[in-house]
Amino acid sequence: MSKAVRYGLQAVAYAAFAVFIGYFSTFPRYQHLQPDEALLRLSFKHPGKPVGDCRERTPEELAKMPPQLRTKLDCPRERSPVRAVVELDGKPLYDETFPAAGLKRDGAAAGYRRLAIPAGQHTLKVGFNDDVRAKGLTYEHAATVNLEPGQVVLIDLVADRGGVVIR
Amino acid sequence: MGSGPRAPFRMEASIPLRPALGVPAAGGTVARNPAARAVRALERAFDHPFGAAANPLRQLGALAFWFFWIVAVSGVYLYIFFDTSVSGAYASVESLTRDQWYAGGVMRSLHRYASDAFLVVTVLHLLREAAYGRFTGFRWFSWVSGVPTLVFMLVSGIVGYWLVWDAVAQFVGIGVTEWVGWLPGFGPELVRNFIAEEAMTDRFFSLLVFIHIGVPLFLLAAMWIHVQRISRPQMQPAGALAWGSLAALVVLSLARPALSDAPADLARVPVAVALDWFYLFPLPAMYAASAGAVWAALGAAMLLLAALPWLVRAPRAPVAQVSPANCNGCSRCFADCPYAAVVMREHPDGKPGKKIAVVLEDLCASCGICAGACPSSTPFRSGEALVTGIDMPQLPVEAMRARLERALADGRTTIVFGCESGAAVEALRGPDVAAWRFPCIAQVPPSFVDYALRAGARGVLIARCPEHDCEFRLGSRWAAERLAGTREPHLRPSVPRERVRIIEAAPEDAEALARAAADFRAEMARLGPVVPRGRVKRRASASEGVDE
Repeated sequence: MSKAVRYGLQAVAYAAFAVFIGYFSTFPRYQHLQPDEALLRLSFKHPGKPVGDCRERTPEELAKMPPQLRTKLDCPRERSPVRAVVELDGKPLYDETFPAAGLKRDGAAAGYRRLAIPAGQHTLKVGFNDDVRAKGLTYEHAATVNLEPGQVVLIDLVADRGGVVIR
Repeated sequence: MGSGPRAPFRMEASIPLRPALGVPAAGGTVARNPAARAVRALERAFDHPFGAAANPLRQLGALAFWFFWIVAVSGVYLYIFFDTSVSGAYASVESLTRDQWYAGGVMRSLHRYASDAFLVVTVLHLLREAAYGRFTGFRWFSWVSGVPTLVFMLVSGIVGYWLVWDAVAQFVGIGVTEWVGWLPGFGPELVRNFIAEEAMTDRFFSLLVFIHIGVPLFLLAAMWIHVQRISRPQMQPAGALAWGSLAALVVLSLARPALSDAPADLARVPVAVALDWFYLFPLPAMYAASAGAVWAALGAAMLLLAALPWLVRAPRAPVAQVSPANCNGCSRCFADCPYAAVVMREHPDGKPGKKIAVVLEDLCASCGICAGACPSSTPFRSGEALVTGIDMPQLPVEAMRARLERALADGRTTIVFGCESGAAVEALRGPDVAAWRFPCIAQVPPSFVDYALRAGARGVLIARCPEHDCEFRLGSRWAAERLAGTREPHLRPSVPRERVRIIEAAPEDAEALARAAADFRAEMARLGPVVPRGRVKRRASASEGVDE
């Protein structure tokens, strides 16, 4: 094999390698959403209310306790799971209950769901229940959103900002 | 003495390469395994344009190191200009790419493409070694220690995409946190770091940079561990290959520079993503199936890879054994072992400073290179039993000498030594030709060549594997260097060089080997008997069993 042929074949091999690397580095494009779709995200992290009421300890009970632990109120440690209910244009989308975190179920409940929905105008009705002692939903909010293709609508639960946040 | 002026060896650099397809390989994994045959055929095809010494398929591991260093150097350059803040990350990368396209832009593209090439050659390296069955027995450690490098590579590559903080970075960040959030202990709140502008902080970018620099350091450590059980690991590819591959990546960087997508916008999600499929394939897989399914598939693949040495076991040959009474602690076996299976320790006889070779059984490849390196492995030694310092139980030097003596007593004056992984020298056997193969050609001590010529042989033909084809990495090279006198134990200068020929013959080179052997025999016939240089006391007479 002559030098010219050898170098030519080497060049072809290097070029093929470079083309392979260059192509799959960005192609084919991954179609994450259809061109006419938007994305709905439900994401929250929220500590539910305690599962029961607090009660006052009796003097006898307090006397039996170590001095540094003598607090009057006896509150349950466990927190309520958080139920999330989402309706899109009147149709139920999610109705799920997310447990409180932790071995003792004393942490915040967190949830995340994502769903591609058609772009355009939609009515969103969102509710949460964070208290097992309460019937129905403890937070509710409804909004009309007009979504462009690729736009994200985020549903969150932020208690100190009024509860349900749709943005 | 009387052979006239010494001629150099007739070193045939290589027998002309022939297409390997359809030619049965001589032995070992290649002959049995269709995958190995296919890989070997491809390798030999690449030998034509690149030459064996610069064949990329024979240097995939070294190429991986090379690409790693390109990634590291280009990464250092990028880090100088990178702004580790939410607001500054994108702008700094854009400035680097646009304002100094000739330097920063090329470096950025090199960083990306060399990372991709790094992953590609690493996976090819894995597939090649798997096809050749090089994961069982003494190779288990090298195999298993290579598995974590894949994980470190993926992690550092994926995190690198976040730093650009463009739409792709946003997609990758959210996708990865959705994926990792599936795992117990992480939870769905992990993704909240990427879904609202207020959740993104400059400190988070500092963390990403820390991960993107820290994980490659772990990767480098894993690569270093990966090569610990081999001596003289090749961590630098041949010069032509290194510069050729770098040039290819530079040309690619100039022709198709890596560019950012639109800036990240958490109110939007990219509809069609320009994904780097080499590193980011888990994300489309997750959206097509589920996070759990991708974890299960990748976890199973990693476990399978790590368990492969124990799932596919190969019969193991006896390992080298040291005779303390005959080991003088010269360290030649220690220096020549390709797998660091020989270590030097204090000799049990208690003499101050005296060492002894100790074989680490788990690491021993049973190649016999150590036996060929031992200065005591000489057939000239007197005494009833020939016991050397380090020897192979399955074919000790005493048996080798007995075999040689029987062949010479039987009138076979052409001696051929071959390698079990090389061309089938048995096909050369005839009334005046004796031929044997050894696990590695370097098991044959050079003194056996001298001995054969003193004991009646007219010529000794040594068929070694092509150097870059050596099953035991360094055996073919050591054999050539010993015979050329540049490595101990060397062939004595008094040996008539015109009667010794060393050739390279791969399993597929049977016809070329036959031609070379015929030419050698004809020349030995022309030269006639060897002028005696000394007497050798033979211990065997003509008998059967010469060719066993």
